[in-house]
Amino acid sequence: MEKIQVKLCAGTACFVMGAPQIQALEFAAPSDIADKIEVKEVRCMNHCSQGQGYNKGPFVEINGEVIQEATLEKVVAKVRELIAKEEEKSC
Amino acid sequence: MLIPKNYANQMRSRILVKVVESFYKDRFETADEIPIEMRPKDYDSSRCCIYKDRAILKYRMMAAMGFTPQDETNEAKQLKDYGKEALKRQNHAKSCLAVIDIACSACVKSQYMVTDACRGCFARPCVMNCPKQAISIVHGRSHIDPSLCVSCGKCMEVCPYHAIVKLPVPCEEACPVGAIRKDEFGVEHINEDTCISCGKCLQSCPFGAIVERSQLVDVLNLIHNSDKKVVAMLAPAIVGQFPFEIGQVVGALKKAGFDDVVEVAAGADVTSKNEAAEFIERMNEGKNFMTTSCCPAYYRAAKVHIPELAPFVSNTKTPMYYAAEMLKKEQPDCVSVFVGPCLAKRTEAEYDPNVDYVLTFEEIGAMFVGAGIEIGDCEAQEFAKVSSAQGRNYPLSGGVAGAVGNLVDGKVDFRPERIDGLSKENIKLLKKYATKGSENNMIEVMCCEGGCVAGPGCIALAKKAARQIETYVAQGTNQKDMK
Repeated sequence: MEKIQVKLCAGTACFVMGAPQIQALEFAAPSDIADKIEVKEVRCMNHCSQGQGYNKGPFVEINGEVIQEATLEKVVAKVRELIAKEEEKSC
Repeated sequence: MLIPKNYANQMRSRILVKVVESFYKDRFETADEIPIEMRPKDYDSSRCCIYKDRAILKYRMMAAMGFTPQDETNEAKQLKDYGKEALKRQNHAKSCLAVIDIACSACVKSQYMVTDACRGCFARPCVMNCPKQAISIVHGRSHIDPSLCVSCGKCMEVCPYHAIVKLPVPCEEACPVGAIRKDEFGVEHINEDTCISCGKCLQSCPFGAIVERSQLVDVLNLIHNSDKKVVAMLAPAIVGQFPFEIGQVVGALKKAGFDDVVEVAAGADVTSKNEAAEFIERMNEGKNFMTTSCCPAYYRAAKVHIPELAPFVSNTKTPMYYAAEMLKKEQPDCVSVFVGPCLAKRTEAEYDPNVDYVLTFEEIGAMFVGAGIEIGDCEAQEFAKVSSAQGRNYPLSGGVAGAVGNLVDGKVDFRPERIDGLSKENIKLLKKYATKGSENNMIEVMCCEGGCVAGPGCIALAKKAARQIETYVAQGTNQKDMK
C-alpha cells in the first residue's frame, strides 16, 4: 500500500493557529499509523486566501483532501479512515 | 502538566490574532462582534452553551487588551471601550496573572478517592498503611474519611488493584510555590505577593481560565500611532519558534513596524562573561556553590520562597538586562520591546528601566497573522551584533551552565548540575542545598522544564524548536574565540 501523504501547512498563519501540535506526527505518531504515513511540512498552500481565510486554519492536506481547523485528533482520524477504506478494498 | 499545545492554548493564540485584526480594522470599533463571530448560534459550544463561551471569550479578549477580569467594574462595559481605553493609556498595565472566575470550573478539592475497582480484599493494605486511620470498610469496600485524610497518597501506592486515584487540581499542582488557592466557593485565586509569574498555572488549566495582562495593544499603538522608534529585542529562544530562517523573522518584524531588531543572545554573552568571573571569585572565596540568576521566575522564587538560598544566587544580571543596556546606550530615545518565551520577564522588566515593554513569541505571531505578514515572503535580514554559540544555547536546559563553564575554562573546579524545571520537589532540593551544602558547585536553574524553549509564550513544539536551536548553535563561534 502506498503511503498516505500528509501535508502540513507551515505558513505563518497556520503555524500561529496551531499547526505545531500536529507536528507531533513527525516524531510521535500513533503506532498503528506511523509507518503508513509520510508527513511533509510545506510552505503556505494558499487555502487561507479563500473564504474565511486563516480563521479556518491550520490547514492540512491528506492525499489531496483539505482538512480545515486541523488538529492532531482530526488528522489521525482521517488517516485511520483512509487506511480502513484501503484495507476493505484489498479484502 | 497538559501538553503545551491544546485547545485552551490554541484559543489564546486565536484571540490574540483577532485582537490584532480588530486593531487594524477599525481600532476596536467592532470588537464586540468577535465573541459572536467565534461562537455563532449553530456552533457546538465548548462549555455549557455558546453564551457562556462568548462571555469567557470577552474576558480573554480583555486580557489580550491588557485588562484582567478583576479590572471589570461595570459588566456592561463593552470590548470597544476597553480597546479605546487601552489605546489611551501611556504606560502598559502592570503585568499579572489572573483567574476568570466564571471560567474556573472549581475542580473538586485535591483528594484521594476509592474507585469501583476496589474489591474489598482481605489484605486491605490501604487500611493498614494509612497513618491517620482514615480508611475503613463500608459495604465491603474501602472508604476514605475526608475529615481524617491528609492526602499522603500511601493508600494509592499500596493498593494491589490500583483502585485508589488522586483527583488533582491542575493549576495548584503546577504552581511550584503554592500561590494559587481556592476560595470558599472553590474558585481559584492567585496571590500576587507570592506568585512568581512563571505561567505554569496558565499552561496547565484545562478550562483556559487563567489569563495574563498583555502589552500587545500598547506596542501596536506605539508602532502605528506615535513617531517613537520602536526596537524589538529578540530572545535567543526565537530560533525555532517559526518554521523559517531567523533572518526572515527579523525581516517580518521590520515589516510589522519595528524600526530595529537586536539579538538578546549578544546580551547573553555579557551574562556568561560576568557570571564566569563571579563564579571564579566565589569559589576562590571558598563558597560551596553558586546558582544561575537569568531565569526571572526562579530568581523571584529564590527571593520570596527560598530566602536561605539568597547568598548562593549569582548577582549577575540577565541577558535581557545587558541587551537593553547596550541598546539604550546606543539609542537612548527608542522604545525597547523584549520579545521572548517568558511571562516572568514582564515582571522583571518592571524593575528594569531600560526595558519598556515585553511581548511573547505568541503575541508577535499574532501580530504577523493579524497584519497579513507571511514570514516566508520576507527578505532575510542580519542582526547588527553577532552572538556566540554559547549565547545562542541559553534557551536550552544546560545552556547557561555550559556557557559559564566554557569561560571558567579550568581556572577553578567546575561541577555543573541542572535543575530542569522548578517543581515543588526541586524547590525542596534547592532548600536542602542551601542549608546542607551541595556536591556540585554550579547549579543552573530553569523554571520551565527543557529550558526557555518550553516557555508559556512559545508557539513551536519544544522538541522541534530545540533541534533548530542546536543547528543555530553549531553555526556560531565559540565565545572564547571572539573579540
